[in-house]
Amino acid sequence: MAEAALQKPIPELRRVAVPAGGCRIVLRGPWNLAALAQGLPKLRPELAKHALDAGCSWDLSAVTALDHAGALLLWRLWGRRRAPQLVLRPEHESLFDDLAKERELPAPPLEWWATTIALGQKALVLLGHVGGAIALLGQVTIDAAGLIRRPDQIPWREISASIFRTGAQALGITAIVGFLVGVVVSYLSAQQLKQFGADIYIVNLIGVSIVRELGPVLAAVLIAGRSGSAMTAQLGVMRVTEELDAMTVMGIPHTVRLVLPKMIALAISMPLLVLWTNVIAILGGMMAARAELDIGYRFFLSRLPEVVPIANLWLGLGKSVVFGALIALIACHFGMRIEPNTESLGAGTTQSVVIAITAVIIVDAIFAVMFSGVGIFK
Amino acid sequence: MTGPVVEIEGLWTRFGRHDVHRGIDLRIERGEVLSLVGGSGSGKTVLLRQMLGLETPHRGQVRVLDEDLHACDRGVLQALRNRWGVLFQQGALFSALPVYDNIALPLRELRVLDEDTIRELVLMKLEMVGIEFQHASKLPAELSGGMVKRVALARALALEPELLFLDEPTAGLDPDRSESFVKLIEGLRRELNLTVVMVTHDLDTLVALSSRIAVLFDGRLVVTGTLREVVHSEHPFIVNFFLGERGRRALEAVWGTLGLGGNAVRGKQ
Repeated sequence: MAEAALQKPIPELRRVAVPAGGCRIVLRGPWNLAALAQGLPKLRPELAKHALDAGCSWDLSAVTALDHAGALLLWRLWGRRRAPQLVLRPEHESLFDDLAKERELPAPPLEWWATTIALGQKALVLLGHVGGAIALLGQVTIDAAGLIRRPDQIPWREISASIFRTGAQALGITAIVGFLVGVVVSYLSAQQLKQFGADIYIVNLIGVSIVRELGPVLAAVLIAGRSGSAMTAQLGVMRVTEELDAMTVMGIPHTVRLVLPKMIALAISMPLLVLWTNVIAILGGMMAARAELDIGYRFFLSRLPEVVPIANLWLGLGKSVVFGALIALIACHFGMRIEPNTESLGAGTTQSVVIAITAVIIVDAIFAVMFSGVGIFK
Repeated sequence: MTGPVVEIEGLWTRFGRHDVHRGIDLRIERGEVLSLVGGSGSGKTVLLRQMLGLETPHRGQVRVLDEDLHACDRGVLQALRNRWGVLFQQGALFSALPVYDNIALPLRELRVLDEDTIRELVLMKLEMVGIEFQHASKLPAELSGGMVKRVALARALALEPELLFLDEPTAGLDPDRSESFVKLIEGLRRELNLTVVMVTHDLDTLVALSSRIAVLFDGRLVVTGTLREVVHSEHPFIVNFFLGERGRRALEAVWGTLGLGGNAVRGKQ
């Protein structure tokens, strides 16, 4: 007994010649899945050899443990029937009882129109999103108009908390990214400008590109990834935990308490963040320009307002207000549409970020076309 | 192979500065159905997780199927994990995989069975838990709560375990479904000769399934024994839990066998 406990029992198979002719195959030890998982690779060739031998009888009376997996293995070996002369323990009898039954997976119905339907559904979902976002924007506008008449109900605390979360707490990441982009743009431009001896134009290049384009778009993309996803996830979690329903039941409108404060907060913190990103990025550009082209800080800064018309700054900041409100709107739209399960939460958050970044770039392109004549030196 | 299936000695579990278990000793013998009961937050599920090796003891040891969970090597632990099945409270089905693949996964992971054998085994398990084959291609999100539990049970049984852990098997099921689920578990336990360790809140499940009950209170096991022994204990938690209004109603059917005298529900003939 002690020896048996020390050495793990394994499934065994032996072939015994019978005096009357033919042979007997004796199985011993455990023939359950746990034991077979170890022993099967070694046993398989032997089993296959004996299975072909039709004159053999099988003796399973020394098998200590048998389960469905073991029984099924032997059953398949015998060609989906009981071996002709089978000796079996009574307690293992029931395992072979229901093996004879045919079990077939029903084939999935063939639907040639499924692709068409799926495509149509995708289109409808897209339309639904556009419609939903517009409806949400409309609702928020109506709520905002209502709040102007009743200023005591403006959710100041939520707005302030949102500004802190999306603005103050994002200063670090926007600074790092802004600084590095400033350095890189400046360094690469310097290499090109040097060839033409046009070193001085580094100020124009850095100034216009960062103030007009890179600052606002970089900050918006970062905020869409950072704060937009957080907003979607927050609303999604509230949907999963039924907090949104609890608010509705208490008569607190979602748009006033959740959506509007976020949109206002991002519309305020976004231009501030852009200003901050601009400053840091120009600082980075300035440092690279000095290292590469030997242009001093004092010169760079005194030339900057001369070559970059102030309209560029107003354009950049104006864009960023729109970006901020847009990111919050998209984030809230997706957050509200999350279904109360965890898969939907993950999918919704991903979608929200992707759509928000895409929308920012599309709107930026529209701005670029609309204001192509603004802020350019003739 | 005749030792206890689970053996816990002097187990302490500490989360931060909070002691969840303070010296737990428990032996579970082969063929038993042991239920862990206790109030919310008394550490029932944590004790179950200790038996599964999902938590690390602060002190003491946990032996399952003759192996110390925290002193054996990875290979032994892996083999051990193939010998038990776990039904998690929410089912814990892999949401990305359809029902069929959820059950086939542990079988495929063994890497010794061919796909045909796996298919037959999966279908047998589905039949065992009463799931029609047409649901095999559905994703877990498309199933009802009761079906999720059945599929999760089929997955827990996929590797033909000797030991089955159930975490709140009937939580979230309506009384009708929970009764049929209890019947299913009881039938399978008999048929497959399982040892069952179960955490439950539900008195009906407790009475219907358990052969022994361990009551967890304040980080210790206050009583371990049969239902009869447990209800005779004087511990205030047990009196409250089993002999309160709800407890009496649940025990009504077996009241006569408990030797407590009187009627289960006062004022009722």
